[in-house]
Amino acid sequence: MSTNADKKKKNAVSNFFAVVGNNIKEIGTTFAQGDFKTKLSFIILGFGQILRGQLLKGISFLALEVLFFVYLFKFGWSYFSKITTLGTVETTKANRVTVYGDNSFLILLFGILTIFAIIAFIVIWRLNISENRREEELLRAGKKLPSNKEVFASLFDKNFDKTLLAVPVTGVFIFTVLPIVFMICVAFTNYDKQHQAPTNLFTWVGLENFQNLFSFGGSGLAPTFLSVLAWTLMWSFFATFIDYFVGLGVAILINKKGIKFKKLWRTILVMTIAVPQFVSLLYVSKMFANDGLINGYLMQWGLIDKAIPFWTNPALARITIIVVNIWIGIPYMMLIATGLLMNIPEDLYESAKIDGATGWQMFRNITLPYMLFVTGPFLLTQFTGNLNNFNVIYLLTGGAPQSMQLAENAGRTDLLVTWLYKMTVNDTNYKMAAVIGIMVFVVTAVISLVVYNMLPSVKDEEGFQ
Amino acid sequence: MNSSSMKTKRAIGNVLGYIVLILISIIWLFPFVGLVLQSFRSYATEYGGMVGYLVPKQFSLDNYKFLFSGETNFLKWYGNTITIAIFVAIFQTIMVLCVSYVLSRMRFTGRTFLMRFWLILGMFPGFLTMICLYFLLKSLGLTQAGAVPGLILVSVASSGMGYYVCKGYFDTIPKALDEAARIDGASRARIFFTMIIPMSKPIIIYTALVAFMAPWCDYVFASYIAFGHDESYNVAVAMQRWVNTNDYQGYFTRFCAGGVLIAIPVTLLFMFLQKYYVEGVTGGAVKG
Repeated sequence: MSTNADKKKKNAVSNFFAVVGNNIKEIGTTFAQGDFKTKLSFIILGFGQILRGQLLKGISFLALEVLFFVYLFKFGWSYFSKITTLGTVETTKANRVTVYGDNSFLILLFGILTIFAIIAFIVIWRLNISENRREEELLRAGKKLPSNKEVFASLFDKNFDKTLLAVPVTGVFIFTVLPIVFMICVAFTNYDKQHQAPTNLFTWVGLENFQNLFSFGGSGLAPTFLSVLAWTLMWSFFATFIDYFVGLGVAILINKKGIKFKKLWRTILVMTIAVPQFVSLLYVSKMFANDGLINGYLMQWGLIDKAIPFWTNPALARITIIVVNIWIGIPYMMLIATGLLMNIPEDLYESAKIDGATGWQMFRNITLPYMLFVTGPFLLTQFTGNLNNFNVIYLLTGGAPQSMQLAENAGRTDLLVTWLYKMTVNDTNYKMAAVIGIMVFVVTAVISLVVYNMLPSVKDEEGFQ
Repeated sequence: MNSSSMKTKRAIGNVLGYIVLILISIIWLFPFVGLVLQSFRSYATEYGGMVGYLVPKQFSLDNYKFLFSGETNFLKWYGNTITIAIFVAIFQTIMVLCVSYVLSRMRFTGRTFLMRFWLILGMFPGFLTMICLYFLLKSLGLTQAGAVPGLILVSVASSGMGYYVCKGYFDTIPKALDEAARIDGASRARIFFTMIIPMSKPIIIYTALVAFMAPWCDYVFASYIAFGHDESYNVAVAMQRWVNTNDYQGYFTRFCAGGVLIAIPVTLLFMFLQKYYVEGVTGGAVKG
């Protein structure tokens, strides 16, 4: 198994070098064999295309080159050149006038952007060369180049993918990729309350933050981290599986022959999906409060003397959250199960009945295996979704109750994500927030990978067909 | 004899089933009933905070009047949220349709890379990028006073990554249809606009509905980029503040009234389009 993986890895590495080698070779031969138009295109992008009448392509290449160099010299370079130190000039105050020095935040952000711009430019440059080579070969073979109109029209036909993906991919790049790379970098700096840009500089510190997260002594965060991580996993497990099985049960109950008003029952349950969560969850959180409705009635009826501390006792708060989450999660599962249950062939049950199977036996041997098989991937996404289920935790408890045993304001019901949120917003401890974010990613990725390969529907796609 | 015992058995089973269902219904509806009832409790005569009983002694419209009186920016918040929801629903649907069509129908270099890369990106928690996004928006002038367009931009920009359900639906439309149209000389764009989109009504409605519902719950990012600028809050931020920080003792019933006003249109819309939601959710769950 491991040798196989090793082989694969080696293959990937050698493949990569083979691709790079081939590319360089092709660039070389293009230059050696090309005419002066092609040769000039190595420096002035799009030159060859323009001279060959491919105005649309040529001008686009040229415009991109101009744009890149204007960006680099007017803007990018000044940040990019300082990325190794993240700035050295302190902001000072002289005669009540603040003289701003380097802004580490901007240096890091635009430094990263410049690196991406350089990579993009190299790709465009390479594209320009292969474009030139292709055109030359076509002309040499005596064929005609496509007209500008045809090139434009291809954007709606053969190259429609590029047209449609341009905006989404750019959007994801600017608003997801760039920020994530930025925050990954922040995990290796000392960007926190004491090092706030633009008044103070921050700089690279290597693995210090990760060491801090995993160290037990002194101000090390390991005990808190492990406690929060354990609860996060526990919460995810219970939230996913309790909802799954109870939801399945409710769906079976509603689907049962002889139960009337099926639509009514479903509609009642679906209310929790329809009503915005922040309205329902905030109300429920107040309902369980010490001075809330539930405690109020229980006390009026004389069942208890003192309010039950639903949200202030750590263990009770955790249980209450899981219970309230059932209220949120079951309708969702019920909807999915209802659709799937109808797909199970009726004759399976008929023949089981003839063989004298009880309801429970039919559930165990027909319904459950089928459901688990079909909904395997769904369970996995539910589980990873629950790992990051911010709304339920934040609206119900906000992570409370706080505990003296936990560092960095973590509470007993905090998930990794709510802890991350608190660190960012309340404590402006960006460096540790970034480290936690990376940890959330690691946990999610590991679980997804391991479980995904274990899923029966992945291992054996034909299983139930 | 045997069949009659079966019948009684089944009848008992049904009765038990009804009992369970009625109990479930009560539990499920209780918070909503409570929310509505308490929204009618009078602020002036019966105290606006939390009390230990459900049914107000005297019904009044005080809280609703307060919301519409202009004493707070409630109407503004409401308007903000509707604006955000509508724009996000429109643009997000367009983005998702574009991405889904390309990934379902076209084969190009980097296709698998793009899908894997986006899958991995999705495993990073969203809040991680908050401060960076805040800065990006601030440099565009889209925070505080400009928080509403800023929120729309952020929600829409990365929405292409949520293509899974929609692509799964497109995959079920036979490719033979595309090929036939292409033989007749239709371009990809034509196929997309005149064939695929008209055939995808259920999934378009599902995508738009999910996109429309999300901004009503958007607390985290909305509170972060509208920070301190009351006028550009959305309802979630404003209500959260009423309940938790703004002396909820007096604002609780007002929150209830606000909650009812927010829940009614969203719930009605959802119930109306429930069929499409169920279709989308079920399809998405099976295909993963």
